[in-house]
Amino acid sequence: MRSHEAFQTAFRAGVLGGDLPVGVTARDPAEAAVRFDVYRNNVLHSLGRALASRYPVIERLVGEAFFAAMARAFVQAHPPQSPMLFAWGEEFPPFLETFAPVQGLPYLPDVARLEYARGRAYHAADARPLTPEALAALAASADQARLALHPSVSVLASSHAIYSIWAMNQPDSTPTPLDDHPETAAILRDRALEVQVWLLAAGEAVFLRALLEGHSLLAAAEAALKADPAFNPTTLLARMQAAGIIIASEETP
Amino acid sequence: MIQLPAAAGVGFKPEHFADIRAMSPDLGFFEIHAENYMGAGGAPHAMLEALRADYALSLHGVGLSIGGARGLDVDHLKRLRALVDRYQPESFSEHLAWASHGGDYLNDLLPLPYTPETLSLVCDHVDQVQEALGRRMLLENPATYVLFHDSTIPEAEFLREVVRRTGCGLLLDVNNVFVSTTNHRTDARRYLADFPLEAVGEIHLGGHAEEELPSGPLLIDNHGAEVAEPVWVLFEEVIARTGPLPSLIEWDNDVPAFPVLLADAVRAEEILRKGRVDAVA
Repeated sequence: MRSHEAFQTAFRAGVLGGDLPVGVTARDPAEAAVRFDVYRNNVLHSLGRALASRYPVIERLVGEAFFAAMARAFVQAHPPQSPMLFAWGEEFPPFLETFAPVQGLPYLPDVARLEYARGRAYHAADARPLTPEALAALAASADQARLALHPSVSVLASSHAIYSIWAMNQPDSTPTPLDDHPETAAILRDRALEVQVWLLAAGEAVFLRALLEGHSLLAAAEAALKADPAFNPTTLLARMQAAGIIIASEETP
Repeated sequence: MIQLPAAAGVGFKPEHFADIRAMSPDLGFFEIHAENYMGAGGAPHAMLEALRADYALSLHGVGLSIGGARGLDVDHLKRLRALVDRYQPESFSEHLAWASHGGDYLNDLLPLPYTPETLSLVCDHVDQVQEALGRRMLLENPATYVLFHDSTIPEAEFLREVVRRTGCGLLLDVNNVFVSTTNHRTDARRYLADFPLEAVGEIHLGGHAEEELPSGPLLIDNHGAEVAEPVWVLFEEVIARTGPLPSLIEWDNDVPAFPVLLADAVRAEEILRKGRVDAVA
């Protein structure tokens, strides 16, 4: 009799596309293979659906059947390493960079990065938004004040129109022709716990990045104005405050 | 010991949250898949906190891989412990199955041969879970599609022995009994006659799909349909023997509108009510 360890190793290889493991049988042994296929399908199908739920825009861009086949290749190369499936799939954007059949869609990896950031924002830790009074007090000492941002916030820059492509491929949207161009997006979770994606102007991108890197409010605003004379910190700060992504930190008075 | 109420419950789906808040349905409990609530924060925890305030809670794991040859994932056990501490569920259950091997998580409840070796492994793992969580757990009978040359112990006997050695309880999935016995051309009633019903702390009822093989039907436990009629009949027979038990309707794929799920729970509740009357009579 083989050990349970050897049994599982053979079974795992079998469900990931390998041969029928030795020792698997059925009342009618001729049916062992077709019955084993149930496990193979469960594993590959359920993981494919989990990946699609993480990357719905990629699925829409390439189509369901293509996505399912691509997901199968991805699962075989990068099976989840933990039962927390919501944390799986970070390797999908780099996988798309090298997966030969999608090399004609160069924007795909960065659109996937945007979708992965959305999932991270959804599950990110909770944090208490700053009150308007506390924010006003901070703004009064802008040269020293550092704004702490909600753990869900990230900024993603791309040489492709990732925001526009993402937005026009939402369930109730219809894609229209688009001249590809660089775009930067912010991904965050608002007060209602909904994930938002913002298209950032050049100055806004510099400002948010500077805040995330821990620069003072003043330094961030100066850098943003240098990059984009039209940048208006008041407008963006009001939007950030409304979404609740400026949070209390130890340095908050 | 804290227990789920002996009433009908349903598996919680986030898409039903608004309906649940609006309807405040009269349900015995909600059950959640533990792994979906292991993120740091956000909507999943906000919904679960609100739900927990109003209902009894069953924490149901799908990723612990109790039937695996290698040791349990200690980090995963810690995450389970953190959920138990935070939400104080009335029950924790897992499966007689494996899902991880060599670091890979395969996202399915995979079967194991029933042998003295796997029996001792499963008992060690159940002991370890009960120790780590500081409570008795329930172990669920699986739905299976294949048999193994190496198996030497009938499933019901295997489960009875796990209960005897570890003191754990059992989660009797009546749909799994129907699916497995149909698939292996054996008798569900015979299986239930051998099953240690006295250890059952919860029942699962779910839907299955049916395919056709040369030798007859192959049922697939997909949790994607209403509970089938023969499963209702078996459930009623079990309740007639055990009296009312916490009984869950699980529907995880092609999730219907909440009232459809609730209708199955109402039907389960009627059978439980009959069990209560019979127990009094």
